[in-house]
Parts: sequence; structure tokens; C-alpha cells
Amino acid sequence: MMDRRYWFRRGKDRGMAVLTFLCTIAVLIPLFLVLGFLVRTGASALNWDFFTKIPGAAGEPGGGMANAIAGTLLLIGLAALVGIPVGVLGGTFLAEYPHARLSQLARFTADVMNGIPSIVIGLFAYVLIVLPMRHFSALSGGVALGVMLIPTVMRTTEEIIRLVPQSVREAALALGIPTWKTTVRVVIPTAAAGIVTGIMVGLARVAGETAPLLFTAFGNRFWNWNILKPVAALPLQIFAYAISPFDDWHRQAWAGALVLVTIVLIVSVAARVASSRQAKLR
Amino acid sequence: MGQVMEVPRVDRQAAALIDHTTGIQTDDVHAWFDHLHALRGITIAIPERKITAIIGPSGCGKSTFLRCLNRMHELVPGARVRGKVVMDGQDIYRPGVDPVQVRRRVGMVFQKPNPFPTMSIYENVAAGLTLAGEGDRRRRDEVVEQSLRAAALWDEVKDRLRKPGTSLSGGQQQRLCIARALAVSPEVLLMDEPASALDPASTLRIEELARDLAKDITIVIVTHNMQQAARVSDFTGFFLDGQLIEFGATNDIFTRPQDRRTEDYLTGRFG
Amino acid sequence: MTRQAFERDLQRLADDVVQMGRRAGEAIHRAVEALQTRDVVLAERIIAEDDAIDAAHLDLEQRCLRLLATQQPMAGDLRAIASVFAIAIDLERMADHAEGISRAVKRLGSAPLVKPLVDLPRMEARIQEMLRETLDAFRTHDATRAARAAAMDDVVDELRNRVLRDLLDSMIQDPQTVPRALELLIVARHLERAADHLTNVDERIVYMVTGEMRELNV
Repeated sequence: MMDRRYWFRRGKDRGMAVLTFLCTIAVLIPLFLVLGFLVRTGASALNWDFFTKIPGAAGEPGGGMANAIAGTLLLIGLAALVGIPVGVLGGTFLAEYPHARLSQLARFTADVMNGIPSIVIGLFAYVLIVLPMRHFSALSGGVALGVMLIPTVMRTTEEIIRLVPQSVREAALALGIPTWKTTVRVVIPTAAAGIVTGIMVGLARVAGETAPLLFTAFGNRFWNWNILKPVAALPLQIFAYAISPFDDWHRQAWAGALVLVTIVLIVSVAARVASSRQAKLR
Repeated sequence: MGQVMEVPRVDRQAAALIDHTTGIQTDDVHAWFDHLHALRGITIAIPERKITAIIGPSGCGKSTFLRCLNRMHELVPGARVRGKVVMDGQDIYRPGVDPVQVRRRVGMVFQKPNPFPTMSIYENVAAGLTLAGEGDRRRRDEVVEQSLRAAALWDEVKDRLRKPGTSLSGGQQQRLCIARALAVSPEVLLMDEPASALDPASTLRIEELARDLAKDITIVIVTHNMQQAARVSDFTGFFLDGQLIEFGATNDIFTRPQDRRTEDYLTGRFG
Repeated sequence: MTRQAFERDLQRLADDVVQMGRRAGEAIHRAVEALQTRDVVLAERIIAEDDAIDAAHLDLEQRCLRLLATQQPMAGDLRAIASVFAIAIDLERMADHAEGISRAVKRLGSAPLVKPLVDLPRMEARIQEMLRETLDAFRTHDATRAARAAAMDDVVDELRNRVLRDLLDSMIQDPQTVPRALELLIVARHLERAADHLTNVDERIVYMVTGEMRELNV
């Protein structure tokens, strides 16, 4: 009697274990399918030209996405300039004064902003920068991406700084170090690794955004390092090539997608490695 | 066994201090956490260059009292202090006094060693100087070495000053924190249960260290370990429910306390 | 929890001190009795039993040390244990004086007394009174009573001076009596010393109760 109930329960245990295992595999499948597909279709177009040449004339085979890759990196740089200072300092404020009215408002705002469709943010940058300037620019694209970066960086910074033990602050204050200096020279450096990780994760997300760039950076067929002019970006270029009628451009679009995914993957993995190393140090 | 009989109540505080100068004196100090009245009128004269122990059961206000001496209590949201704390004839709570300056003259060491995690041993000790803008490299080196020697840590770490502060053992970390506090040349050092997180051997080393340091600076040590208080201090104050019940020479307090409550606490009848 | 066990240990310590005091007092009493009745056998027994009192002293000492080490007592408890330690020594010395008296009895053997015993038994009675007061003061933590008991030492000293004068007279009048007179002097001295030890005990009791070290031996 005891026996049968026991075996039945063991069976249920095993069943659940197998089921959850299969579900986990199921989660991994789309990722690997996409990667596999990208590699198969895009790898063929990856060559030296791809990384060094700008797009050729419409219809002509050859050319590359060098300017788009550079443009994406430029945009990430601009986004970082806009998003990091505001995000880190804002997050620090949230952590040091968690109960202030301003903090509660800021947190709510950040959460809402996370949910705003990225195209709307792009429109915001359009109205704010493109219209007064009367033309598209890398600056407006960078600002749009930066604005998207702020909520993420702010929240992660707040979390990380909250994790800095009160004892560290007390030690500094007891030495006669003013409060602001304690925050800037002791607390933030202690939290630095975690903050950097948060920034990298945010940047990885933002690097692949297409919609906000549609009417800000706008895209560019040529090299451009002037931030007041439109600039090429990988997502935009992929879009442009994908809707074109040319096979060669289709293949390049796949290659571009592969490069973009690879960039995101590298940054994500680097962030992971950094945070685990940080955890070991503690 | 051992009841307290009628003995003329001597003002032990006054008697104890006849041959000693005062290092830091409080006058009717009250402290609150929001509406909780944590300290009720503490008046005590802590002798200079001696070790004064503050004992009492948990929650009696000893740590709060300590934090009133270096103006750290007011950093807690909702905390208030009233009363005077006088050092060198000056009330540190007088309006216009910079609490940051007070904290440089009255240092503090905490229960759990708390070296700065991202700094090396050298940087930890120098932190008080570096962050106050002491630029001279040679002067810094000197102070770091002096402080580490004073904390009885120099010989153990002189070859690895660049290693992280957290790579030391618990007892060493606590001595590092002491060195760090000493580097800013305080006149008074407050120690909040400095050895309670350490093993017995490290505890004794910290006690020895305290006795050495007391030759030059005033030390106030809060401890829940009565034997430690008896071993290490020259004077002892007994706190209960936010009040100072008795204060006097350690020898007197521990062999013949005058107040029944002190006697009961010492003999383990409560707390 | 530990406090209860500690209290029990302290109480047992106190009881055993009183016990030891009684035994020392009894030894003195019987020693003087042996002198009066010239009972050498009794004297021998008293000498033999002194070992037991020595053992009791050592036992008390050990227990005090153990309590000091394990309980780390403070304040009143510390004074109490320190006092028991010292009192046990004085009580043991008292018993040694009983032994000394018994040895004198042995040496006298059946030789005739130099003079009828009057003052020596009076001294012994005083000592018993002192002992009773002292032990009561100890049990009830009464410092005033202890001080009073110590004051009785004056009478014992007075009596001893009288014995000395009388015996000196005898020795001068009849030099033959000198050896026997000396033995009686020795007995008187033992009794006087026993009373002194009791005043030491009284001083300890005062310290135990009030924390003050006062000289009670005037």
C-alpha cells in the first residue's frame, strides 16, 4: 500500500522534472534557430568588402556596410554621452534619497518611459532637434537612443548603489568626509562595476533599435562623421536593403543582421563576465 | 550572598575625576529616533587619555550615546539631539559648528570591520587624507606608516600595501580600520563593540592596542562584554534605559557598585 | 538559568564555611576540655582530626577557584567568593591552634597543674561566643554584628594578660613549675591567636557586605 503511493509520487516528480527540462530546451530553440538561420544566410555575404566599403549604386553588386557599422558605433557613443550621466546621477539620487517625493516621481516616470514605444521617442527627438535644425542628424539619433537608455541605467544604478552596505558609507562619514564626497568618491566607485554592467546591458539593447532612427538619424549612403548630418546605421541599412528588389542587397541585409546580433551578443556576454567577476571579488 | 549595605553615597563621578582632566564632557544630552526617547539627560565627564567603557544591556542607548559624541546620530532620518557636548571648552553642537570637522577630531571604529572594498590597504589608511585633499605624497606615506605602526599592523602588511583591504583577516581588517581612523589624528577615538565580531585572540590584541593608544588619545569603548570592560578600561559608565546609572573608576564599579541596578546587571540578574 | 546554579553553589559554599567554623570551634572546645580533664587520648584524637579540617579547607579553596574561573563573578559575588577564600584560611588556622593546644596537653601528660584553671576556660567561652556571633553575622550578612564580634577580642586579650601575670608569679615563686607553666602559657597564646583569627574573619565579613576594608583589630 505504502509502496504504490511512493512509486506514484516518484513518477510525478520525474514527470515534472522532464517537463520543465523540455520547456527550457524549448526556450533555447528559437534563439538557436534564429542564429543558425542568420549564419547560414548571412555568412555568405560576409567578406572584407562588407566591412570596408560603403553601399554601391542601386542594382550594382558589391559594396558593404562599413559606414553603417561605424554609424551604429557613433550613435551608441552619442547615446552613452546623453544617457550615462543623467542615468547614473539620477540613479544615485534615487538610492540616496529613496523616500523623497521627487524619487517616487522619477521612478514612476522611468517605468513609464520603458513602456513608451520607441517610435514615439524617435518622434520626440524629431520635434526637439530635427525640426529646429531643419535636417536629420546623428545628434538627434543619439539623443533619441540616449533618452531610451536613461530609464535602464537609472534603475540599475539605483539597485546597485542600494546594495552598497551602509557600513561603507558610515566608515567614510566617520572619517570626516562630507556626505557628497562620500557618495562620489566612495559609494559610486564601490558600485562602479555593477553600474558599468548596467550600462553595457542598456547599450546592447539600444544598439538594435530601428524605429527611433527612422526620422532622426535617417540613414546615409556615404561616410559621415559630422553629427549634425544624417548618418548610416545598421538597423536602418538592413531595413533599406531588405525592402529593396535586389538579391545581392538581400544577402547583405542578412549579413548586416548577423553583425548586429553579434555585436549585441558580445556586449551581453562581456557584461555577464564582468558581473560574475565582480561577484567573485566580494 | 553579596548584598549592598548602607554606605555613604559618594559622588563617584566627582571623586573619580579628581586627578584627571576631562577629554570630552556631555551636559544633559537627550537623543531621539523620531518619537523614541533614546537618551535621557546624560551628563558625563570622560577623562582625557584614559579608556572609558560604556556598558549596559541591549537597547540601553550606549551606541546612540557614542554616536552623539561624533555627531553621527543626526545622520539618521528623523533623529534629533539636544544638549551640549563639550571638547576643549567648545560645544560641538553649537550652531555654526561644522559636523564634518567634529568627525575629524572624534574618530570611530565600528563593530564589523568595514574597510573600503575598492581600495588597497594603503589607500584605505590614506582615505581620510586623500579625500580631504592632502596632496603631498611623502607626507601621506609617512602618515600611512605611522598609523599602521600605531595600529600594530605595519609589520604584517608593509610588503603588501597595494593589496586590497579586504584580503586581510577579520582581526587585521579591524586594525586597518583603526589605522584609518588614526590617520586623521583624532583627539578622541570611539569604539563601538570593536571586538565582538572577532575571535578571542584578535580580541585581546585589540584590547592591548586600545591600551597603547590611550597614552595619546581619549578612548571611549562600548562593549556588552563585561570582562572586556573590566580588563581594558580605567573608568566605566553603566547605562540603562537611556540613562546613566553609575559612573566611576572601573575597579570600584566592578567590585562594589553603589546602585542596586548596576549590581544586578554585573551579576547577571538581567540583561 | 546559569544564575540559579550559581546561586546554589554560592549557598553551598556559605553552608560549608559555617560547617567548617563549627568544627574549628568544636576542636578548640574539646582541646580545652582535654586540658581540664588531662585527657591525652582526646588530645590525640583532636590532633588526628585536624587533617580532616585541612582537607575541608582545600576543598573550599578549590571550589572558590572553580567558581572564579567559570562564572567570572563581579561586584557582590566576587567579594563573596574572595571572602570565603580568605575566611577558610583563618578558620583552618584556628583549628591548627586547637591542635597546638592538644599537643601541649600531651606534653603535660598527667603532671599536676600549676594553678587551678580559671581564666583559660573563660577565654575559651569568650571564643565560643565570638564564633557564634561571627558565624551568624556571616550567614545573615550583618556587618554590624561582625564588628561587634570582633570587639570581643579585647576581653580575650585582657584575659590572656591576666594568665601571663599569674603564671609569671608562679614561675618566680617556684622555678620547678616553669616547664608546666610554660605549657599553659603556650595554651593561652594559642587561644589568643584563635580569637585574632576570628577578628580576621569578621573583617572579611564586613568587606563582603559593604565593600570596605576596615581594620577591626584594635
